[in-house]
Amino acid sequence: MRVALLVTCLVDTLFPRAGIATVRVLERAGCEVDFPLDQTCCGQMHRNTGAAREAERLAARLPAVFAGYDAIVTPSASCAATVRETTDLGVFELSEFLVDQLGVEDVGATFPHRVTYHPTCHSLRALRVGDKPLRLLRAVRDIDLVELPDAQECCGFGGTFAIKNADVSLAMLDDKLRSVRATGAQVCAAADCSCLMHIGGGLRRAGDGVRTLHLAEILAS
Amino acid sequence: MKPGEPQLRRNLHHATRGIRAKRNAVVAEVPDWEELRAAGEAIKRGAMRRLDVLLEELEAAVQAAGGHVHWARDATEANAVVGDLVTAHDAREVVKVKSLTTDEIDLNQALEQRGVTAIETDLAELIVQLSHDWSSHILVPAIHRNRSEIRDLFARELGLEGLGDDPEELTDAARRHLRQAFLRARVGISGANFGIAETGTVGVVESEGNGRMCTTLPPVLITVMGIEKVLPSWRDLEVFLQLLPRSSTGERMNPYTSLWTGVRTDDGPGEFHLVLLDNGRTRVLADAVGRDALHCIRCSACLNVCPVYERVGGHAYGSVYPGPIGAILTPQLHGIPGDADELPWASSLCGACADVCPVKIDIPRLLVHLRSRVGGSDPALRLMGFAMEGRRRFEAAQLGRVPGMRTGIGLGAWTKGRDLPPPPRETFRQWWRRTRG
Repeated sequence: MRVALLVTCLVDTLFPRAGIATVRVLERAGCEVDFPLDQTCCGQMHRNTGAAREAERLAARLPAVFAGYDAIVTPSASCAATVRETTDLGVFELSEFLVDQLGVEDVGATFPHRVTYHPTCHSLRALRVGDKPLRLLRAVRDIDLVELPDAQECCGFGGTFAIKNADVSLAMLDDKLRSVRATGAQVCAAADCSCLMHIGGGLRRAGDGVRTLHLAEILAS
Repeated sequence: MKPGEPQLRRNLHHATRGIRAKRNAVVAEVPDWEELRAAGEAIKRGAMRRLDVLLEELEAAVQAAGGHVHWARDATEANAVVGDLVTAHDAREVVKVKSLTTDEIDLNQALEQRGVTAIETDLAELIVQLSHDWSSHILVPAIHRNRSEIRDLFARELGLEGLGDDPEELTDAARRHLRQAFLRARVGISGANFGIAETGTVGVVESEGNGRMCTTLPPVLITVMGIEKVLPSWRDLEVFLQLLPRSSTGERMNPYTSLWTGVRTDDGPGEFHLVLLDNGRTRVLADAVGRDALHCIRCSACLNVCPVYERVGGHAYGSVYPGPIGAILTPQLHGIPGDADELPWASSLCGACADVCPVKIDIPRLLVHLRSRVGGSDPALRLMGFAMEGRRRFEAAQLGRVPGMRTGIGLGAWTKGRDLPPPPRETFRQWWRRTRG
């Protein structure tokens, strides 16, 4: 299967390891992965911030950039949701693609650490990925997967909300960090690097020893 | 917006979690809940499409049943109609059913200016009124108060020294105070949950029975109804009387459902006035996306799941409609541009509200739509958009070679409580080119 990676502007620029891990997981699952270099941004940030014209122009680029693949896979639930709403492209978030399209739950990973998983809002309520990420994580060898209390609560990122309403965003983050700490996990994982940037930024600021990792980085281990 | 005081946040956290759990439990036991939501949405959409026709049908049916109908374009007109009616009956005092619509038009203050005292008879509304406060929740107006605060308030305002803070004792005190008012009042004032065009029936659902007192005891009843509350037919109640109580109080059925059709001899009020209020609603209707906000049945389920509401409290929304529904309704009612243009930003777009809305209003979609209407774009965003429209520009921007890209996007607000991620040694595409190119 010939798969195009929609790596997202955020992963490309700030979290390349999540992109590299996604390539490895897909290749291990037998996919031929290509990275169309003309891709930039899906327009989610502009769209959600109300910059409709810019968002439309960015969305309009996508069909040409991603033409001719069997599927488009992205390590971001929120970008997958955006592209699904703005184009007719067959785009899948990584866990959806592995579980639904490839029928794989055990990707052959080993990760001997205590991990808690934060289901991001867009994965839960826009894509409805349900427990697919957790099914993938449960199949990882030697992982100690602990349930996150109040997991379905938003972490407070919300794109430009994190800046425009920074105090409210930080109040929501406080509660999320408290939940993460309560698990005693060494790693907090999620399917969106944007939320992880927010959670990880809070953890680093507070001096917690907890790391944030994209789901793909655990699955590629 | 700013987060509220710790005590407020604790009160809200506790109260909204409680209602949320009740709501989830009673919704889970309805096998056709999703079909009911779809039906609710379809009925509301259809009603908004034929609003002009339905309102005239409602008017004719109310008149045929012996009621009077008044049309009010805005708050001033509505308050004048109600004020004139109250004055014409020489009433110095009116009893009121809990009503957001009359709060929206500040009816109580308008009556006060005419020397008329409006007595709120819903327990929580009474608490809010006695403390010269305003509601912070659609369904639970005094959600920001705890019972020892209420005990102090009643002791002071109702002259009840030695009152305890036991809930039964508090409700007893309120009941004794209100019973006298019900018996004295010559005019009752209500809002409306529904107005049935087919029959001219108007209805209020409530929990305490105070509403039924107001709509049956005084000889004159005045109902102020937002024009979007019209439903085509009696049968539509079947859908909404299931959706509303389960979504709002988490009850299978609300304790009191009062429905009245015009007037009858020797039964209930002898005079009934229905005031149909626009006050910005036709402006909302003119927006093909935003008009879905008019489908709202004021259940408040969206408030109870909203992480922003839980942190900031209802007052932060600056209107009688707080929470996610307020964030999409108030800016439209007030007009864009206007004084509520910041409200569409009061959301992380987490989508919890849309999941619980009994009439399936896609609140995040409306928030994003309104953000673009109030003007979401700014120079930094436009620059980023431009940079992302081409591969070479994007790659230059990634490496910090587009001025303003690294500093123009609210870095200060970000680093207030969060560190930036350490910059990677290479971008993903650099790795791809290096290893696969």
